[in-house]
Amino acid sequence: MSIFEYNGSALVAMVGKNCFAIASDRRLGVQLQTIATDFQKIYKIHDRLFIGLSGLATDAQTLYQRLVFRHKLYQLREERDMKPETFASLVSAILYEKRFGPYFCQPVIAGLGAEDKPFICTTDSIGAKELAKDFVVAGTASESLYGACESMFKPDMEPEELFETISQALLSSVDRDCLSGWGGHVYVVTPTEVKESILKGRMD
Amino acid sequence: MSKSAVDIPPKGGFSFDLCRRNDMLAKKGVNPPTYRKTGTTIVGLVFQDGVILGADTRATAGPIVCDKNCEKIHYMAPNIYCCGAGTAADTEAVTDMVSSQLQLHRYHTGRESRVVTALTLLKKHLFNYQGHVQAALVLGGVDVTGPHLHTIYPHGSTDTLPYATMGSGSLAAMAVFESKYKEGLTRDEGVKLVTEAICSGIFNDLGSGSNVDVCVITKGHKEYLRNHQLPNPRTYVSSKGYSFSKKIEVLSTKITPLKEKVEVTEGGDAMEE
Repeated sequence: MSIFEYNGSALVAMVGKNCFAIASDRRLGVQLQTIATDFQKIYKIHDRLFIGLSGLATDAQTLYQRLVFRHKLYQLREERDMKPETFASLVSAILYEKRFGPYFCQPVIAGLGAEDKPFICTTDSIGAKELAKDFVVAGTASESLYGACESMFKPDMEPEELFETISQALLSSVDRDCLSGWGGHVYVVTPTEVKESILKGRMD
Repeated sequence: MSKSAVDIPPKGGFSFDLCRRNDMLAKKGVNPPTYRKTGTTIVGLVFQDGVILGADTRATAGPIVCDKNCEKIHYMAPNIYCCGAGTAADTEAVTDMVSSQLQLHRYHTGRESRVVTALTLLKKHLFNYQGHVQAALVLGGVDVTGPHLHTIYPHGSTDTLPYATMGSGSLAAMAVFESKYKEGLTRDEGVKLVTEAICSGIFNDLGSGSNVDVCVITKGHKEYLRNHQLPNPRTYVSSKGYSFSKKIEVLSTKITPLKEKVEVTEGGDAMEE
């Protein structure tokens, strides 16, 4: 067993026209036993910046706390919010610091940058950044998510269509993964509002 | 002095505080994680007025292709570039670190960086970590002493060569170089040969794939040809796109309006007394 499969997770982020969406499943398990079906995997860093943390849940929560701490220090010193690109570098640096004893965690970062340009990015557990123009995936369902997103994604989608696409991609992928599922959690962020939705999914 | 209650941001260096826990997990039969590797073909050659570097653009994690168009030719200095193979995080981190050291060195001396300086900084770091920092590099550049091409192995050993290949596709690429390289190539001949070597890696090595990146460095000039050739375009795109007949079932929705960003413009008249 890989340690990434201990709790189970599915994460995906997609870029639309001047907007982005980030979605996760809601299951927390210990191997094949489900512990919770309302588990939070996507965290808000500030209004326009979200991070999803897949992998070992204990490390995900620790890492989240360290990231919030570093972001608050940045806010105090700079009197502004972090740009998504800067935040991605911070995440990468924090993970690479533990190169030889890593957090078992694969983050997905999504945010709106300068002039409302969407930014998405993922890194591996030791901080190798992957910047993508279309979509990024992570978690135990990542292989099926790659397939679903590869066929469903279209460039320059409006927020409504983006929501439908990311939700369909997520739900169809987690149905092929035992370790993730139990509904979905989707954030669609446009320059004017954040829409947070809970999706109904299979409960088996 | 006691340690402060909060861990203040570190100044640098690796942290080993999770190693014991991770070793314990490994002993209990948890497999070590797979990292993102470049699984690469990277090459370089010296031509009549400089150096040409080339790379494919595939990144893999085990058998999965996780990035179809990544950048493997890293900036070191305006006149020096470096191709990286091995663990993606290591090649990225080590080249970034050395490039900032070179920048500081240029501020200090006011001169152009030399390729041997970059070479020494890289090999010193890699040798220090005894091969645990898994970066295999092809370093090329043109400085005051002329064009230089080096390869650096993860353990810190280096070679100085007229043509070099690295990564999992190095054998495929070297086969092309060995049969076709000659001294005094022109720019166009050089770019063609590098492209051919990378394509040989793309098509014959499973770890390499997608597109060809090329970087031509000459005296006082460089040309980064990102996606110089795209031999593997997508052929399976549906022109109509994908539409969903049945809408997703939503249990609850929460909409939070965002405040408009307020622009504060500095200047203007100060408040009168």
